[in-house]
Amino acid sequence: MTMSEQMKEVTELSTPLSGIERCRQDFPCLAQTISDHPLVYLDSAASSQQPLAVIETIAEYQSHDHANVHRGVHTLSHRATEAYEGARDTIQAFINAGSRSEVVYTSGTTESINLVAQSFCRPLLTPGDKILITHLEHHSNIVPWQLVCEQTGAELLVAPIDKAGEVDTDTLFSQLGSGVKMLAIAHVSNALGTIIPLKKVIEKAHSLDVPVLVDGAQAVPHLAVDVQELDCDFYAFSGHKMFGPTGIGILFGKEKLLDAMPPYQGGGDMILEVRFDGTTYNDLPYKFEAGTPNISGAIGLGAAVRYLQAVGMPAISAHESELLQYMSAQLGQVDGLRLIGTAADKASVQSFLLDDIHPHDLGTILDHQGVAIRTGHHCAMPVMDFYGVPGTARASLALYNNRDDVDCLVASLATAKEIFGP
Amino acid sequence: MSVQTQSQEDLRDLYRELILDHARSPRHFGKLDGATHSAEGINPLCGDKLKLYFSIDPDGRISDAKFEGSGCAISVASASLMTDTVIGLTYGDALDFFSAVVARLTGRPEGGEQAASKIDLGKLVAFEGVKEFPSRVKCATLAWHALNSAIQNESEPVSTE
Repeated sequence: MTMSEQMKEVTELSTPLSGIERCRQDFPCLAQTISDHPLVYLDSAASSQQPLAVIETIAEYQSHDHANVHRGVHTLSHRATEAYEGARDTIQAFINAGSRSEVVYTSGTTESINLVAQSFCRPLLTPGDKILITHLEHHSNIVPWQLVCEQTGAELLVAPIDKAGEVDTDTLFSQLGSGVKMLAIAHVSNALGTIIPLKKVIEKAHSLDVPVLVDGAQAVPHLAVDVQELDCDFYAFSGHKMFGPTGIGILFGKEKLLDAMPPYQGGGDMILEVRFDGTTYNDLPYKFEAGTPNISGAIGLGAAVRYLQAVGMPAISAHESELLQYMSAQLGQVDGLRLIGTAADKASVQSFLLDDIHPHDLGTILDHQGVAIRTGHHCAMPVMDFYGVPGTARASLALYNNRDDVDCLVASLATAKEIFGP
Repeated sequence: MSVQTQSQEDLRDLYRELILDHARSPRHFGKLDGATHSAEGINPLCGDKLKLYFSIDPDGRISDAKFEGSGCAISVASASLMTDTVIGLTYGDALDFFSAVVARLTGRPEGGEQAASKIDLGKLVAFEGVKEFPSRVKCATLAWHALNSAIQNESEPVSTE
């Protein structure tokens, strides 16, 4: 090593954490040990941790401002309503929805998809109509469509994937022209990490008058999402995968579609006038928000979005993309390790198998070294069937992960090989 | 210098040699032709999916038992040792074992508490290590729940969820 190289290395080592590397300190849950090892959290695709900004925003609301929303004339109700609706504005700007009427609070991605299946599709479908999904969908983007097919006599079509975990878009495009009334597709696969080339898929679908719902649960924390640029008809995502709380999520829908849809649930807040001879529904988005909503969840989600905006989505994507490449490369060098999901364009996730060790055993052994990964079918059993495996181990990254996390993961695999060795 | 931490000890206790042996080379593995009783055990968390077969004589004795399917090391070893244990027992005695194993691993006796306390678990004590791993107790008890279900002749797959 030359003197200048040594100098450079010293300089790099002594450089204080810059930019995104500092974010880890914002997440109190990450600063702990598990089984005497520092926690290495690689399960953000299942649920991400929350930054102090979110935790404190929720605590502040619950300590000082809680009341029901849209109902009272008193000060607390006014404050709660302001915070709840303010969060909606924040989220609208974050995904670039054209209007706040297009941003519906739900309990999460699952409810968002069920809402569209029941309120948008069910009234339109007749026997013989088709709904198109892909082979890499999460169960929450499969089962709601199976239900609506059972209810209407419609048929579920599945676009195939290839060995790398990429959707076969040629086949998908030809399927679109066969009487399909709805395309429901992930933005990012939760089991494989594949990023779907949504823009061209949506363009093609629209050229055949097929509306498109995007399951964005695994995309929003990693990629800048602009629903107007994508031109999707519906976009569903969850708070708890993007550093917000559980039990809150969003359905974006184009206003003209939401307007024409009947309510999903009936109750308070979704009405303008109730009489026994007929009820007038409230305006958008309230028509789809029956009952007292998850107020603190919505406010917490707003805080999570502000956190993401402060860090910056381009910086997050660049950091994670570099780290994912590093992780896949490091894992790929482990003897006996098989990578599952090797698409060219990926986000956050790497699934794998080690020798013939069952993923669940691997998960337990890693946990005892402080490394938290997800093991099993990842709510994507058809993907597991496609690869002929009962499940996989899945390491997933978020903005707070770094190369040390990946190195700990790789090192911890040695213990598994030792226990299950020949 | 190698320091054996408590967590490493727990891991070794979970993956004891007997369990690893039965996971690698499961006994009584395969389909049992002419089975009189069968049941499916599913653990959706792990993806364990086992099918258990039993031949029970008219006098109530389990003359043979086999299993097939796939699962984690704990669930496969448990199915292997379960079949090993119950062959030759009356179904009543086998159910007592079921109660005893579940009680021992979960701390929650599910019926037959008295029977449970009388049973000598023998080599099944190898599974005691799972007590330190709450998410794995279901793996260790899956085959036993399926045994119970097969004997009670429940038609729905038994799930540990």
